Amino acid sequence: MSGQSTYKPQNAALRWLERRLPIGGLIHSSFVAYPTPRNLNYWWTFGGILAFMLAVQIVTGIVLAMHYTPHVDYAFNSVEQIMRDVNYGWLLRYLHSNGASMFFLAAYIHAFRGMYYGSYKEPREVLWILGVILLLLMIMTGFMGYVLPWGQMSFWAATVITNLFSAIPGVGDSIVTWLWGGFAVGNPTLNRFYSLHYLLPFVIAGVVVLHIWALHVAGQNNPTGVEPQSDKDTVAFTPYATIKDSFGLAVFMILLAWFVFYIPNYLGHPDNYIPANPSVTPTHIVPEWYYLPFYAILRAIPSKLGGVIALASSIVILAFLPWLDTSRVRSGRYRPLYRFFFWIFVLVCIGLGYLGSQPPEGIYVITARVLTTYYFVHFLIILPLLGVFETTSPVPSSISADVLKSKASVAAILLAVGLVTLLGTSSSSVAAEADTPPMNKWSFAGPFGKFDRAQLQRGFRVYREVCQTCHGIQLLSFRNLSEPGGPGFTPAQVAAVAAEYKYKEPNDQGDMVERNGRPADHFPPPMLRFPTGTPPDLSVIVKARGYERGFPGFVIDMFTQYQEHGADYVVALLKGYENPPAGAELAPGTMYNKYFPGHGIAMPPPLSDGRVMYTDGSPQTLDQYAKDVTAFLAWAAEPHLEARKRMGMQVVIFLIVLSGLLYFTKKKVWRAVPGHA
Amino acid sequence: MSSAEPTRRDFLYIATASVSAVGAAAAAWPLIAQMNPDASTIAAGAPIEVDLGPIASGQVIKVFWRGKPIYISHRTKEEITEARDVDVASLPDPEPDEKRVKPGHEEWQVLIGICTHLGCIPIAHQGDYKGYFCPCHGSQYDTSGRIRRGPAPANLALPPYEFVSNTKIRIG
Repeated sequence: MSGQSTYKPQNAALRWLERRLPIGGLIHSSFVAYPTPRNLNYWWTFGGILAFMLAVQIVTGIVLAMHYTPHVDYAFNSVEQIMRDVNYGWLLRYLHSNGASMFFLAAYIHAFRGMYYGSYKEPREVLWILGVILLLLMIMTGFMGYVLPWGQMSFWAATVITNLFSAIPGVGDSIVTWLWGGFAVGNPTLNRFYSLHYLLPFVIAGVVVLHIWALHVAGQNNPTGVEPQSDKDTVAFTPYATIKDSFGLAVFMILLAWFVFYIPNYLGHPDNYIPANPSVTPTHIVPEWYYLPFYAILRAIPSKLGGVIALASSIVILAFLPWLDTSRVRSGRYRPLYRFFFWIFVLVCIGLGYLGSQPPEGIYVITARVLTTYYFVHFLIILPLLGVFETTSPVPSSISADVLKSKASVAAILLAVGLVTLLGTSSSSVAAEADTPPMNKWSFAGPFGKFDRAQLQRGFRVYREVCQTCHGIQLLSFRNLSEPGGPGFTPAQVAAVAAEYKYKEPNDQGDMVERNGRPADHFPPPMLRFPTGTPPDLSVIVKARGYERGFPGFVIDMFTQYQEHGADYVVALLKGYENPPAGAELAPGTMYNKYFPGHGIAMPPPLSDGRVMYTDGSPQTLDQYAKDVTAFLAWAAEPHLEARKRMGMQVVIFLIVLSGLLYFTKKKVWRAVPGHA
Repeated sequence: MSSAEPTRRDFLYIATASVSAVGAAAAAWPLIAQMNPDASTIAAGAPIEVDLGPIASGQVIKVFWRGKPIYISHRTKEEITEARDVDVASLPDPEPDEKRVKPGHEEWQVLIGICTHLGCIPIAHQGDYKGYFCPCHGSQYDTSGRIRRGPAPANLALPPYEFVSNTKIRIG
């Protein structure tokens, strides 16, 4: 997009097209011949990674939209149908949900890189502001996407975030009603969020084009902050930047694959596997990890309007960064004091993220106020003053003269670790009320995990003989019992099981007639009805429950792939009935359970030794029953777990091979550039 | 290695490009496969059983299998005769009536009720041949469901089915 193109196609047809529409020349000058500073480090690969992640989100999103139903009665189940029945649906949905997290991770690294190297300074102010607009659009899009599965967190996120607008004096309530299309968050809200969630990514793509255009007009910044002065300072975008970006992208994809295939629910909240319930708010609601710093700022201000203004200002202030930073030296490399304050600022952001995940009480509130104040002080006081008082170190005369090859500094690694920690804070956010359930050994844990077929069959027996009286598993069909990766019943056994259940259907005369269940049928609702409330459906209960891991457990879990919080909790609950300790107050009609939040549980102890007959010689004990039925429910919640882990291994090995090849190709290509090994 | 070893350098480039291409192709597959019928749709398309007992002679009923209308016609003697008295060779899509019913069950005609022209649903007991008449573009079928006149190129298709007993069929 800059300068006259020297592009001359060899092919006659392409020459014909080029005279009429010079698109080849545009691509050639923008992505092939475009001169890029030769000293860019790997922090510069995140621009390409972001473009790739946007493409991944749009492609998987379009595909998911083919199967999703934006209606309050069907949204939750249609997402579950994607996870269970659609070909590779689990893969596409986990790619999309974890892809959003990786998109934000890359965006934050990209933005911090811009801050460190002063990439927002003259003449790149518009480029930077477009970036802030992109972040704002991403925040809106991500929020509306999170509402779509219509779980508890979706519903209450929609309620809380739209209510931010009610803080506007005078017209606030009218605006909120307008946003909702009703008197509360409901079906009209879900429908419009779906529409906008589909639209905004294309708006993002449009602004990305402007962002790249502005980049190509001003040229890329580089670690020295010195503009390229001659051809010696630059290399052609292709192959040099292309191959380096490809290598960076391949490594980044390993991280994405790790989350998608091994810990796909790590960044989510168990509560969002509970269908939306407008009459009950979850005890502790937190946004996704990437909103946590802003959420902490919102809660730090003890005034409704003030909090909303602070929240909005914390993002808008970024747009003014080019003028708040008064230093004439661009790169943080030559600004020792700025560098110090930059890392303090990074730590403050991570700290705010942690505080955003914690309950708004006591020391957390006070710390959040201190850090919020610092956040604004950094922009409004420190940056303007630094430009006046800071003694900068000598800036090299040109990029070529800059022989200092900066190795990945300790500080940079700190940023990476910090951001990854921030990823983790979301999963540490459930308030600790009850005792921590003990960890069990599960056959389906870890990268090679597989279900124990005999255990699943025993668990199904326990479910049928005990649980199903009160609890349904309506997201499951009988046919699932014979599908690969499940309990391994034969189709004949499945047909026999299904035939034991009765279904009422209207015949062609309109009369209700009873028929036997068929393998294609879903499990029916439970037989017993309670006037006081329906016991939860158990289809996804293992993913809908969990417990706080705390620090440093939640960080370690990311590497050990500990994903069985829910299973461990369910086992502990089934075995956790005790005599209430002295002084414990229980609501009438409830029993004391050590692991149930609040301890008072309405369900009487369901299992006891000898309750269910086993035919395979397994011990008929409470302990065995609890583990078996939990394993069965873990499969019910994630029927494609085995396929997921198997594919994960293939994908990770493939990406490691690809990264290795790209690394050596990159080294070979860059050999032509003097001064590069 | 230096550029004096072109074969090894070329090998690296080719290997990297091939592995990338394989990865891209593998990544495209789930995006294509997701549009095929999902597991619940396939399961819902399992064979169905239809009781023929209540269908009177001369009556045609419509049932649905895999989202398609299936006509089950209890043909009268006249209808069978009419279908068999035709010179098969003179038909646009020559096929004897015997091949379109199950042996020993000549009175039962089971058809997929979708016009072979462009997919509309023909109306039973209508048209010049008293078989089926498609209101969309005027295709006329006889009592055996064979095309006799109009734009449709072929006879009405037969679904896979079998007699479980004398009064019950399983379609699918």
